[in-house]
Amino acid sequence: MKFIDEYQDSKLARGLARKIAQRSTKTIRVMEFCGGHTHAILRYGIRQLVPKTVEMKSGPGCPVCVTATADLDKAIALAHLPDVIITTFGDMIRVPGSYSSLQKAKAEGADVRIVYSTTDAVEIAKANPVKSVIFIGIGFETTAPTIAASILKAQQEKIENFYVLSLNKLTPPVMKALLDSGEVKLDGIVCPGHVSVIIGSHPYEFIPRDYGVACVISGFEPLDILLCIDKLVEQIEKGEPKVEIAYPRGVKPEGNRKARQLMEDIFKIGEANWRGIGIVPQSGLKIRKKYEQFDADKAFSVSLRPPREPKGCRCGDVIRGAATPLECKLFGKACTPESPVGPCMVSSEGACAAYYQYGIPENLQDF
Amino acid sequence: MDDSILLAHGSGGKLSHELVEKKFLPFLANPALNKLDDSAIFEASGRLAFTTDGYVVNPIFFPGGDIGKLAVCGTVNDLAMNGAKPLYLSLSAIIEEGFLLSELERIVQSIKKAVEEAEVSIIAGDTKVVNRGQADKLFLTTSGVGIISPGVDISGANARAGDKVLLSGTIGDHGIAIMSQREGLKFSMTLKSDCAPLNKLVSQMLDISSRIHCMRDPTRGGLATTLNELARQSKVGIVVEEAKIPVKEEVKAACELLGLDPIYVANEGKLVAIVDPADADKILARMRKNRYGRDAAIIGEVTKEHPGKVIMKTKLGPSRIVDMLSGELLPRIC
Repeated sequence: MKFIDEYQDSKLARGLARKIAQRSTKTIRVMEFCGGHTHAILRYGIRQLVPKTVEMKSGPGCPVCVTATADLDKAIALAHLPDVIITTFGDMIRVPGSYSSLQKAKAEGADVRIVYSTTDAVEIAKANPVKSVIFIGIGFETTAPTIAASILKAQQEKIENFYVLSLNKLTPPVMKALLDSGEVKLDGIVCPGHVSVIIGSHPYEFIPRDYGVACVISGFEPLDILLCIDKLVEQIEKGEPKVEIAYPRGVKPEGNRKARQLMEDIFKIGEANWRGIGIVPQSGLKIRKKYEQFDADKAFSVSLRPPREPKGCRCGDVIRGAATPLECKLFGKACTPESPVGPCMVSSEGACAAYYQYGIPENLQDF
Repeated sequence: MDDSILLAHGSGGKLSHELVEKKFLPFLANPALNKLDDSAIFEASGRLAFTTDGYVVNPIFFPGGDIGKLAVCGTVNDLAMNGAKPLYLSLSAIIEEGFLLSELERIVQSIKKAVEEAEVSIIAGDTKVVNRGQADKLFLTTSGVGIISPGVDISGANARAGDKVLLSGTIGDHGIAIMSQREGLKFSMTLKSDCAPLNKLVSQMLDISSRIHCMRDPTRGGLATTLNELARQSKVGIVVEEAKIPVKEEVKAACELLGLDPIYVANEGKLVAIVDPADADKILARMRKNRYGRDAAIIGEVTKEHPGKVIMKTKLGPSRIVDMLSGELLPRIC
C-alpha cells in the first residue's frame, strides 16, 4: 500500500462510476463544499464520469475566496503601518482588495512575507523583536488549531511582538446559512475531508435531520470522491438522508479531540463576514480575552475606506453555488489567473481557477 | 573561522587576482582560459547556437547538486535542446560580501565536475562582489556556444500532427528536492535533484534518427508549461496520457501532501522530444540505454485538433485541459 495509486485506479473508478449510473434514477444536485474537492473533481475529470442525473455544484470552501473584502482591506492597511511585518499564506497576497492588494503593498515597501505555517510566523517574530509580526489567520477548522498552537507557543515563549488577525471561519454554520437561504436547492453535500478530520461527523447531523439533505464526508483522491457520490446517490434514492464517512482512514466520528480542545482554549465563537454571503452568526473564531495581547484587532487600529467589490465580479455568487464561473462575464476575459479580478481566480482552491486551469467540464466531451 | 569574501575581492586589485587564480583557475584550467586575456579566442565553423541563463537558486546547495552544477547543466541543456553540441561556456559570478570561501570552492569544484562530464570548457569568466544584502549569497550566469551538425533542424515550431511525444524520465524530482530544503517547508526525504547534462543523451538520439522535430527541457513551469509552449509554437494540439508520465513515489507523495501537481514541478535533467512516429520506438530504445533516459516513455502524440492546446487523458479516463503554470507554485492552505 502506498496510499496514492490505489486511490487513483482507473478500473475501480470506472466500476464505481457504473455502479453510480445503475443506482441513479432521480435527477439530483450535490455540492462539494471544499475547494480542494472542486480541484480534484476537475483535475481527474470526475464530472464526466458520473451520470448526467447527478448535477455537481462547487461550494464556498476556499479560505482565500471567502475572506471578506473589508477584512482584506484591513490586512492591507495593517501592512502599511510602520514597523509591521505581515505574514500570510501565499495565495492571499495576490487577491485584489477594494483599492490595493498585499502584493501591491509589498511593492510599495510594506514588509509582507509568505509563510507555509503559522509557526514560521512565530519564528519571524522571534528573529525581529523590534517589529510587530502579524499573521493573517485565514482558513477553516483545518488551519485554526495550528493558529491556536502558534498563539500558545508565543505565550509560552513570552514572544510579545506576535499577533494574529483572526479571520478563521467555521464550516457547519455557513452550511446552515446556505441551506436557510434556499437559493440553491441541494439534495446532498460532499462534506470536507480535512475539516472533518478535526471536527468529526457529528456537527453535520442537523443537516439530514432539519433539511433532509444527505451528507457524506469525502477524501480527496478520485476514488474517495466517487465512493462519496455513490453513497450520496444511495441515500437520496432511498430517501434516507444521514451523515456518512466515506473517508474512514482520515476521519473519526468524534474528530480530533486534542485539536478541538486547543481551538476552544484560544478562540471563542462569534460572527464572521463571508464574501458573497455576508455576516453569518456563530461562524467565526475570535481570540479569547485571556489571549488578547496577541489579537491584532485589539492591538492595532487602522482607518478604512468603505469596501467596494470589483465591477462585474461574481465571486460572491460562485462562492454560494448560485452561479458557475462560466456565468461570470469576466471569466477568462478580464479575469484570468495572471490578472485576477476576484479571489476565486487567484486561489489554488478557487472554483474559477479550477475551471480555468482544467477546462470547462461541459465542453470537454468533444476532446 | 572560515575565510569569507570581502568587498576587496571585487576591487580589481590584488585580492581579485588571487580569487581568480586560487579559487577558479586551478579547477577550470584550459588553454583559452589560462591566457587571462580580455576575451577568449576559439575556432568554429558551421551553424552555431548561442544561449545565456542566470542562476539564483535558493538554497545554493541542495540534494543532488548545487548552483554550480545547475549553471553548467542548464546552459549545456539549452544548447543541446536545439540539437547543438555544446563546446564553450562563459561563467560570471556575482558574490555577496561575507560568502564563505570554502563554499565558493565547493561550488567551483562542482562546476569542474559538471564541465568534465559534459565535455565542455569554460573559456571566459568574471567575478564581482556586492555589498551584503545586495545579492543572495551567489548568483551565477553562464553563456554557451555550441555547433549544430548539418541536417539537424530542431525547433519548438517543428511539431507535426501524428508525431509522438517522448519524455526522458520521471518528473518533478528537482522542484520537490529544492522545496524539501526551503526554509519553512523542510521535510526529510531521500529524493535528489535530477540536475544533469543531457548533451550526450541528445547526441545519441540524433545518431539514431534525423527525424527529431522538437526538443525542450521542462525546467521551471514543469512538463505542463513546456508542452503548452510547444503546442503554441508549432500551432498543433498535444494529447498526453497521465498514466504514462513517469513520477517517482516520493514526488507523488510530496505532491499529494502539498497539493501540487507534478506536471508543474521543475526539472533540471529531463527533456521532452517530439519525433516522427516512424522513429519513436527506436529513439525510445536508445534513450533508455543512457542513464539519464532510463525511465523514458512515450507519453502522447501531436494532433491537428485544438491547436495551441494540451489535453490530458486523466488516470480515470476523462480528458481535461492542461494549462501553463500561472504564478508561483504554492502549497494548499487547507
